[in-house]
Formats: sequence, structure tokens, C-alpha cells
Amino acid sequence: MFRNLFRKTPLAWFQLKREKNRLAVALAGIAFADILMFFQLGLLDALFESVVKPYTSLQGDLFLINPLFESLNVVRSFPRKQLYQAAGAKEVESINYLYVGQGEWRNAQTRTNQPTMVFAINPHNSAITLSDVQAHQNELKLLNRMLYDRAGAEHFFGNVVQELQQSGSVPIQFNNFQVEVVGTFVMGASFAANGNVITSHSTFLRLFPTRKPNEIDIGVIQLKPGTDVKQVQAAMQSELKSVLILTHEEFMAHEKKYWEATSPIGILFGFGAVIGFIVGTIIVYQILYSDVSDHLPEYATLKAMGYSDGYLVGVLIQEALIMAVLGFIPGFVISIGLYSVAAAATFLPIGMTISRALLVLTLTIVMCAASGGIAMRKLQSADPADIF
Amino acid sequence: MIQTWQSDQSHSTAAEPVISARQLNHYFGSGELRKQALFDINLDIYAGEIIIMTGPSGSGKTTLLTLMGGLRSAQEGSLKILGQELHDASKQQLTQLRCNIGYIFQAHNLLTFLTAKQNVRMSLELHEEMFDRDIDGMSVAMLNAVGLQQRVDYYADSLSGGQKQRVAIARALVSQPKIVLADEPTAALDKKSGRDAVEIMQKLAKEQGCTILLVTHDNRILDIADRIVYMEDGRLADNPETTIAD
Ligand SMILES: Nc1ncnc2c1ncn2[C@@H]1O[C@H](COP(=O)(O)OP(=O)(O)OP(=O)(O)O)[C@@H](O)[C@H]1O
Ligand SMILES: [Mg+2]
Repeated sequence: MFRNLFRKTPLAWFQLKREKNRLAVALAGIAFADILMFFQLGLLDALFESVVKPYTSLQGDLFLINPLFESLNVVRSFPRKQLYQAAGAKEVESINYLYVGQGEWRNAQTRTNQPTMVFAINPHNSAITLSDVQAHQNELKLLNRMLYDRAGAEHFFGNVVQELQQSGSVPIQFNNFQVEVVGTFVMGASFAANGNVITSHSTFLRLFPTRKPNEIDIGVIQLKPGTDVKQVQAAMQSELKSVLILTHEEFMAHEKKYWEATSPIGILFGFGAVIGFIVGTIIVYQILYSDVSDHLPEYATLKAMGYSDGYLVGVLIQEALIMAVLGFIPGFVISIGLYSVAAAATFLPIGMTISRALLVLTLTIVMCAASGGIAMRKLQSADPADIF
Repeated sequence: MIQTWQSDQSHSTAAEPVISARQLNHYFGSGELRKQALFDINLDIYAGEIIIMTGPSGSGKTTLLTLMGGLRSAQEGSLKILGQELHDASKQQLTQLRCNIGYIFQAHNLLTFLTAKQNVRMSLELHEEMFDRDIDGMSVAMLNAVGLQQRVDYYADSLSGGQKQRVAIARALVSQPKIVLADEPTAALDKKSGRDAVEIMQKLAKEQGCTILLVTHDNRILDIADRIVYMEDGRLADNPETTIAD
């Protein structure tokens, strides 16, 4: 029976092919719906990706935080001696730590303060391993120097990059202190703050006078090569009950979880994707419905000839699937283009992933099949007795 | 009724009729609006016969044809087609039966998005065993037989009325059905193409030995019939059989 499947006249394809304008409209509609879904889901992923962006440049096997540390937005410190205690384990190669805080960048042009994340590193041994940071590490050894994340929007921070190119350093007001920006790096905006700066431990403690040097925010532990990270983590955690010890992956998941739980963006962008889905369903339904209505006498004739209802339903489903796949292709290609435009414009880490492509393809197929299912009811009204 | 039965007896005693109706009644609507369209129909048609059914408009010819073609369920009485009782037949049985009947409609009802050849193919593809044969070749040969060798790859909606009807005839006959049911196949055609169409049907049917039941108002084609039955007010008329000398 299946042997003959491919030798049969592909009715669905012929029917779609014959009405090229209608097919083009249908495919444009599906592509549009796909782009909408791709964009919303991509933005959603990118936003979640962006909140862990700072983490990706952190080099370490294990990370120590206060259990009340919820996210970079809600940082709680813990005593530095805990880190030293952890460093006693024989598997530890080296340790490092960061202070993290939210400061106010004064935009001299607009005279407004911008909430800005401050990451404070050891300028002799940076825990942030971005090459731009390592290149400027020495300059940070001097007090009151900082590096600026050039992914920050110009209208928030002023034209720092250009000034820096002209004069080598830019004086700015940060937390009401005079500091010099001596270089740039790229980490990317997130919703935690409009931008990021990196400075040294000592500068940080000056900018945040209430912070104590022995209360750190993120402890970083590098283990000796070949160590079982999970095993050391468990051993350390049982020793140090007052801090949370996480692997790099867990640390990122910890941050994402916070944003998923507290912000409405998941719902917001999810809603956008649902709209795309509904729009697509309506368009495909319209097309299939008018196809069926226009050809009702012909479908009735097929029934009269002896074709079963199941066969006609099959034709409709094939039409739906062909449209789904053909509409998905331009939607997919255009979305990749849009992603790169959006990524350049926002510095958000937005891009195509295989899993998202598969998700949207699945949604498109479901969308088309659902429309086919509704249009099928019209098919029932093709009564072979009416055509004589 | 008895009269009809008896006259059929004379026809052939040994062979079983391919179509046999006994006390067949049919109703449309229900309750107050229930209206009887067919009354006490008794008719036997034998293999290879060409029967023309005529009668005034609204007399029930189409209704009888759709019943015989398994396009409607038989309600009352007995209707046997190719040995199968249609009264109480399941939807599946009716669909199955329809594969063995060729239909020609007043409106040609070709699939407009297919070419002439593809339309004819559709009729062959209903039969799994056909896939082992040269379906395209058979379709083209059939279109040759109806004089359309030049139009094999034309889309149905770019053909003239007469050409479409000839494609429809090719489609109905290509799978060599035992029965062909035709409802006013010439009504939409001019005199010449109408005559051509029925002559093609007659010729092919005689070659294949298939039975044709043809409803028409067109007196000019009555001469192709082996037998003419007359329908009036839902009844086959008392003296329906007028054998045309051939
Ligand atoms: N689907 C239907 N519902 C209700 N009544 C119907 C239906 N189809 C036919 N009828 C009625 O049944 C009767 C017979 O109709 P039918 O179509 O069989 O006539 P006909 O002999 O084919 O007429 P014509 O020569 O005009 O085609 C008519 O009175 C018609 O009104
Ligand atoms: Mg009629």
C-alpha cells in the first residue's frame, strides 16, 4: 500500500501550485507568523542570556556566594575568611574574589545618573578574563580608574568611546567621586543595569564607602587540573555551611532562575509568540477554507468516484504540511537576518539556535494542522449526492 | 410492477442483472415535510445494456440514479448493484462500490487544478492493482479514444465544454467499470458535441461490455439505447419498455 504512495498524483501539491497567488499569500502569512514567534522567543532567550553575560567571562571551577545572594541585582556579601578557609583544601589551585555593586554613573551631557553595575577585580589577577580587561589590567592598579562597557547605550552614558579615542582617558563622576575611564570592554546590557564598569578592589571600596574590605560578594576557586569538581564541591559545602558553593553552570542557572521568577518578561514575550501562532493559524485556516469551498464540487466528485473521506482529509493535511514547511523556510532565513540586525543594535546576545528553530517548526506544523482540522469540517459538506 | 418483472424475464434468464431494484421507495425530508420521491420502483438491468431513462423534470430520475450509484443510502425496498444489497449498506461499503462505477455528470466536475491526463489518472489510482500497470499510458490511450490526444496536458479549465465532457467520459470509462451512470451528459453541449460524446460512450461501452444508464431529455440521442425506461411522478411508467430497433 505504501509502495504506491509516491506514485499517486500529489493532489495537495497540485492544488497549491495551481493557485500561485493564494499560495504566495499563505506562505507570506506563515513566514510572518514564524518571524513573530522567532523574534519574541529569540528576544526572550537573549534577555535571559544577557543576565548571565557577566558570568560567562568569569573564570573558575567553583563559586562561593552568600545564600541570600539572589542575583547580580540583589547581592549579599559574605566574610572573606570563608573563602580562605575553602582555599585550604588540597585540590585548590588558586582563589580570587569580586566585589559587586550598583553605582550611579553621572552623564555629564544630560546631567542624569545611570544605574550601572560595578565589578571590582584584583588588578594583579583578574577574575574576569575578557581580553580587553586583561589588556587594561595594569592601568587599573592606579586608584580611581575604571573600564567602561561600550555596549552601553550612548544616550545613557554619553559619548564615552569617542572621547576616549581622542584623549586616552575620560573623566566622569561616579557615585559622586571623580574617576577616569581608561579603556573599554564588551559585556552587554541586561535588565539588571543599563551598563557595566570594571574597577579594582581598592577603587571599589572608595566608591562604596559603606562596604567593608573583608566582606566579599563572589568568591572564585580554581581547582587543580583533573579534579572531580562535583566531589570537591560536596566536600566543601559540608565544611562551609554558611555559604553557597556552586559550579559555573549552577551559578548561571541561579541567576536565570531569579529573573524567571521575578520578572514578567517571560509572560510578555510568551504572549507575543502566542499572538504569532494565532495569526498564523487564522491565515492558514483562511487559505485552506477557501481552497475547500472553491473546490467543493470537485471534492464531492472525488467522493462519488470512490475516494474515501479519509483520503480527502489526507489531502487537506498534506496541504497544511506543505504550507508549513514552505512558509517556515523564508521565515527562518529572514529571522536569522533580523537577529543579526537586532544583535548589532542592542548588544543583546540574540541569535538562532537549533532548538528554537525546531520549536518554531513544530509550532508551525501544529498551527497548520490545527487550521486543517478546522477547515476539515467544511469538507464534510461535500455531499456526492448533490453533484448530479 | 409485476409487468416490469415479467418483461425482464424474457430478457435473460441465466445471467443475473447488474442492477436490480425491487419495491424501492425513497423519501426526502422528515416529519411534516416528508415527501416521497420514488414509488415502488422495479427495474432490472443486465450486463452490457445501454438504458436511457427519460421523463419530465422533477419525476425522480436523478434520485434513482444517485441511489443506484451508492451516492445516497437506500431507505425502503431492495436495491442490488453488482450483487450487493445497498439497503442497510455501510458507508464504507458504498464507498467501495463507487470505485466500480463510472459517473458522468451534467457539469463535467473535472478537477480544475489537474491536467486532462491527471484527471483520468485519478480514476485509475483508486485501484491498487493499477499501479503495477502503465497508468499514464492507459490514461493517454483513453484520451486518444475520446479524440483528445492533442489536449493530454491541458489544464481542465482551459478546455471547451465538449472537450471537458469527453475528459469526463474518459475518466469514467478508463478503469473499465461494470456500470456507467450518466445524468444529462449532453445538456451543456451543443448538438454536435453532444452527439459525439454519447457515440464515444456507446462505442467504448460496447467494447468493454459495460452497462450504461443514461438520463436525458435529449430526444436526438434516444437511438443509441437498447432500451428506454420512462419515469413520471416518481414511478416507472406502466409501459416503459420501448425497444429501439438497431
Ligand atoms: N435533496 C433533496 N431534498 C429534497 N427534495 C429533493 C431533493 N432532491 C430532489 N428532491 C425532490 O425529489 C423529486 C425528484 O427530483 P429529481 O432531482 O430526482 O428529479 P429529476 O427527474 O432528476 O428532474 P430533472 O429532470 O429536472 O433533473 C423532486 O420533486 C425534487 O424536488
Ligand atoms: Mg435530474
